[in-house]
Amino acid sequence: MEKRLILDTDLLQITINRLVEELIENHKDFQNTVLIGLQPRGKFLAQRIQKRLNERLNKDLPLGLLDTTFYRDDFRRRDTPLQANATKIPFIIEDKKVILIDDVLFTGRTVRAALDAMIAFGRPRLVELLTFIDRKYTRDLPIQADYVGRRVNTIKTQRVLVEWTDQGAENDKIWLVTNEEQ
Amino acid sequence: MTNLSVNHLLGIKDLTADDIQLIFQTADHFKEVINRPIKKVPSLRDITIANIFFENSTRTKLSFELAEKRLSADVVNFSSSNSSVKKGETLLDTVNNILSMKVDMVVMRHSSPGAAHFLSRNIQANIVNAGDGTHEHPTQALLDTYSIREQIQDLKGKKVAIIGDILHSRVALSNIYALKKLGAEVMVCGPATLLPRYISELGVEISWDVKEALEWCDIANILRIQLERQQLKYFPSLREYSLYYGVNKKLLDGLGKEIILMHPGPINRGVEISSDVADSKQSIILNQVENGVAIRMAVLYLLAQKRQN
Repeated sequence: MEKRLILDTDLLQITINRLVEELIENHKDFQNTVLIGLQPRGKFLAQRIQKRLNERLNKDLPLGLLDTTFYRDDFRRRDTPLQANATKIPFIIEDKKVILIDDVLFTGRTVRAALDAMIAFGRPRLVELLTFIDRKYTRDLPIQADYVGRRVNTIKTQRVLVEWTDQGAENDKIWLVTNEEQ
Repeated sequence: MTNLSVNHLLGIKDLTADDIQLIFQTADHFKEVINRPIKKVPSLRDITIANIFFENSTRTKLSFELAEKRLSADVVNFSSSNSSVKKGETLLDTVNNILSMKVDMVVMRHSSPGAAHFLSRNIQANIVNAGDGTHEHPTQALLDTYSIREQIQDLKGKKVAIIGDILHSRVALSNIYALKKLGAEVMVCGPATLLPRYISELGVEISWDVKEALEWCDIANILRIQLERQQLKYFPSLREYSLYYGVNKKLLDGLGKEIILMHPGPINRGVEISSDVADSKQSIILNQVENGVAIRMAVLYLLAQKRQN
């Protein structure tokens, strides 16, 4: 197994700050905008973005968590069973601008399922996608992110490993992992 | 533990404690789903489920049907009262005919103990036992224990009394298995004529005195007198049963503690439980009904996950 560092702690923080500035540029004071992190891994990035936005705007922005397990189109087609995570959307999304947040955009199937799952909570006015790592040329569906932390060239057998201190890692880091046997 | 250890839900006896916990955890998520504005998820949209009921049922059938529809499965319903069973068709023929219509899962209630086991050995579909005679009613036991867990978190060491017609109850047997697997202590209580002889072999306490049972327990699960299953007279009259075994407010007030009251329904009001007690704050009867849908969604979802594509 070979691990290559894509983003170190400093660069990761700079990237978050840059993404937050882009969001503020488009959503100003976030009057009618809500954040939704995709479970399980988009949660940590969403919490960082919310924290930084709160500092910048001096507000307490709402953050929801959305689990897409029951909406996936690959249910029963995967080697490992799917385990659900909590969905907590403590606000109304009807007519709101929603920013979906996930750490890695790969095939686009999670985002497709997320759009389906989100509609069960109401009809948003606008939906945007923010992703930290956009894996280029790996999409199964025509889905693109509106805000991207970093675009990387990968092949299907590689995976992006995102480590957060919130999850118990020593530092915030993002790695590209290549399995040798593949 | 990420998947069920069984391909069919025939009885609680076949499940491990991990299986039960997995069903509970999955049901937690489905409970959140059924409290959303849109209570439906597309998980089972490619699955067809047949509900085959050879015996009457209101809440179990409704609950399964709702669970299936909320998972977006295609549903067909069958009841024996207006079917070819009346013309002498066998169980296997009936089910095979239904399966020829490309049904993936079968939810079956039957008056013969072991009918679901028989079916699981002879057909390809996943079987969910919705009650087989006086044998097991696994989803009822799962929703009962899930409802208790909701009130007191951990069942380990908790005392549960099952009161009433144990002999004719499939709920009692499944409940005993489920509660014991989760570490609870169980007592059965009822007239000697309604307690089966083998019951002590299941590792449960026995009492013939309802007051003693109520004083002992933290949770009382009160069962219905199943008059439709009683060929003989097991007690002199309903009035006498109610007098000696009915749970009423006076009895509960004398305990000096508050216990949780359950009943799998349908209730014979004024016989095994008085109306004011059934509708009191201590009673979690309606929680049981609500949880039934979430539990059945979890069971169907987890069994579907085990299907080969």
